[in-house]
Amino acid sequence: MPLTRKIAYVDLSAGRVDRALIPERLRRLYLGGRGIDMHLLYNHVKPGCDPLSPENVVTVSAGLLGGTVAPAAARCHSGAKSPLTNGVGSCNMGGFFAPELTFAGFHHLLFKGKSEMPVYLWVHDGEVEIRDARHLWGQDSFETQKLIRQELGDEEIKVMCVGPAAENLVRYANVRTGLKNTGGRSGVGCVWGSKNLKAIAVRGTMDVKNLYPREALDSAEKWQKKMMNTKVAQALGYDGTMFIWNVTNTTGLLRYRNFQYNKLEDWESLTIERFHEKYHVGVTGCFGCPVHCRHQWQIKDGPLAGLSGEGPEYNTQMCLGGILNITNWESVLHGSHLVDKYGFDMAEFSNITAWAFELYERGIIDEKDTGGLKLEWANSDQLLPVLLEMVAYRKGFGDLLAEGPIRALKRLGKPEAEYYLLHIKGLGNMLSDERATPALALGIATSTRGCDHLRSRPAIDLYHLPEKVLEEVFDGGPMSSDFRSFVGKAREVWMMERVFATVDSIGTCKFQTIFFSPHAPGWKEWSEMIYSVTGMKFTPEELKDVGERIYTLERMFNYREAGYDRKDDRLPERYFAEAVPGGLPVVKGTRMDRKKWNKMLDEYYELHGWDNNGLPTEEALRKLGLEKEPSHVL
Amino acid sequence: MLLIDQEKCTGCRTCEVVCSAIHEGASNPARSRIHVVKWEWDGFMMPFSCQQCQDAPCVVACPFKALSRDEEFGRVVHNYDRCIGCRLCVTVCPFGGMGYDSVSKKVINCDFCDGNPACARFCSTQAIKFVDASKANMEKKRIVAESLPERMKKFKIC
Repeated sequence: MPLTRKIAYVDLSAGRVDRALIPERLRRLYLGGRGIDMHLLYNHVKPGCDPLSPENVVTVSAGLLGGTVAPAAARCHSGAKSPLTNGVGSCNMGGFFAPELTFAGFHHLLFKGKSEMPVYLWVHDGEVEIRDARHLWGQDSFETQKLIRQELGDEEIKVMCVGPAAENLVRYANVRTGLKNTGGRSGVGCVWGSKNLKAIAVRGTMDVKNLYPREALDSAEKWQKKMMNTKVAQALGYDGTMFIWNVTNTTGLLRYRNFQYNKLEDWESLTIERFHEKYHVGVTGCFGCPVHCRHQWQIKDGPLAGLSGEGPEYNTQMCLGGILNITNWESVLHGSHLVDKYGFDMAEFSNITAWAFELYERGIIDEKDTGGLKLEWANSDQLLPVLLEMVAYRKGFGDLLAEGPIRALKRLGKPEAEYYLLHIKGLGNMLSDERATPALALGIATSTRGCDHLRSRPAIDLYHLPEKVLEEVFDGGPMSSDFRSFVGKAREVWMMERVFATVDSIGTCKFQTIFFSPHAPGWKEWSEMIYSVTGMKFTPEELKDVGERIYTLERMFNYREAGYDRKDDRLPERYFAEAVPGGLPVVKGTRMDRKKWNKMLDEYYELHGWDNNGLPTEEALRKLGLEKEPSHVL
Repeated sequence: MLLIDQEKCTGCRTCEVVCSAIHEGASNPARSRIHVVKWEWDGFMMPFSCQQCQDAPCVVACPFKALSRDEEFGRVVHNYDRCIGCRLCVTVCPFGGMGYDSVSKKVINCDFCDGNPACARFCSTQAIKFVDASKANMEKKRIVAESLPERMKKFKIC
């Protein structure tokens, strides 16, 4: 049963491993995955520590339902104090690692201290060994996985690892498993690198018992059918996340050339149709997932012939494409291959690089600052592979870009550059322009890991659904179908925070939630599934409280470590100062309204039961059982 | 029989988890009777299970006649009262279809879940289908015919 899965405390300084059961009390409060990881971070990170010091910790975990019959229970979480934001560092990836970790007898791993030399962890059927990784140091994230499989002599081993970027302490280095799966944001991989932790290899053949197997299979089947009956499952299965691009580009919800345009005129060259025509070779899925949203691609001719991989995503299309003024699929795919190989977050890279390009265009920086690079938009596709390598190995100007928004700005020492840099709490903006969409803007501004959509984005806000449907999905009203309105948007964000915190903790995929479809599986399906597998009873309302608890704890962590409160739940100044330049008439000309923005923020805090400064009140903490946190320090 | 369409397999391994769940009550690919064999880096995956051979090497090899054909369901079945666990069947199977469960200490193979195989039931792309063996070729023909216009274009037949 998932409840028998253990936690391993790995002290990298002492080279010691302790194993312990995970108390059921903790499961009831936080489920598993991201939830328990947040509890671990709150209790084990030394308050105020430097994220790259041995006092920081790294967690790796599977969700409560990881490896069970629950559809897409494949998600793996890794957390740490973020070297970009100083707050919550949290990343999440699919693939096959988390189930294998479960079959090997563990749900959580906690790394403390720092190893003297590069090491990797070998977890197999209840055993945990720290092994020498000196021969793997310097290897890219693909080779590392292959070499470990060879060394341990089993093709079924799953490896999670970091690439050269993490070794060189690129602040937004990520962790990777398989060909594609990446825990991208908030620089958790950099913390791995700072601890000399190169990889974790797992292999397991242990049972994950389902308490009521027949019921569990029935619940899984119901869930699967419900998901596959949504239109979005079909779209994802065929196009992957790139199905979104044509519509968001046409509407004008994306950002090009940093933040200067919101619609690509030369849009036909970067469409999913063009991708299907020339590069798509098949689809593949994560463990136990019926949706299979991952493309397999190959470049068949030209100078890059033979290059292949998995992906790309909507993010790739923009982060290595549009934002950098690149509209050539082959450059995007090549960039995607390199960024995976080196192992860093392409969203953070593209945000900071596009900023540098705009500064160059505006004459704020010149070739003296860039070490001779001509950062001209017209050259961006030739410069992409060069810049990626410079960042990964911190060469020349890449050393500055590798620092992430706040530190790069400081080191550059040009105050006028700040206005053009899009970040919130030190995490760069991804690919979208939220000026015309208050719900999406509120999400990125309040997100606990900085400017990021995967903490709370109510994407269905863009669907123009009837208000009645919205009231049902988001538990009350008043709501508005208009994505430009401010009515009901705080409520949407609040609900999505709890949805995402919950699925990240049971270990299933966000795509199988109301993220993309109001008809997708939800609270009822999750509580049924948890019961049939583990016997733990949660009503849908209790599950929502778990989500609220996790999110509130993250908020507390951010306040404790970085002092984040209302002043940091902000939007970049450009959102208020500049009007949307293009797109459909419904978005063109809009800019964020400060008065309405502040009112929406008030409403959002009130829904949470936080004070006007955005901090949880004592009553809110007591209601969630958080008043005694940190509750234990091991 | 289980009709496998390799091109439709996405490698998600749902078949492995549901197979072990229905037979052993636990999710555990190591105890599943079906496995997706993968070349992850080349993007090739193929589900493999017992082929339920008519003239099955495992049946012939079993020194204690613990294996036999069940003609009603068209499958190879075990008589565990006779089985001594020598695993000769595992050795002789040309497909790796016969497995050994290290928990129950028994050899295992696909039993079609007595008529409603969980792997086929949960396979969202229908890469695994449970069909009447005598009609399987019609299924296969249909699959090939579906892709024929594409292929003809590719080879410039029309």
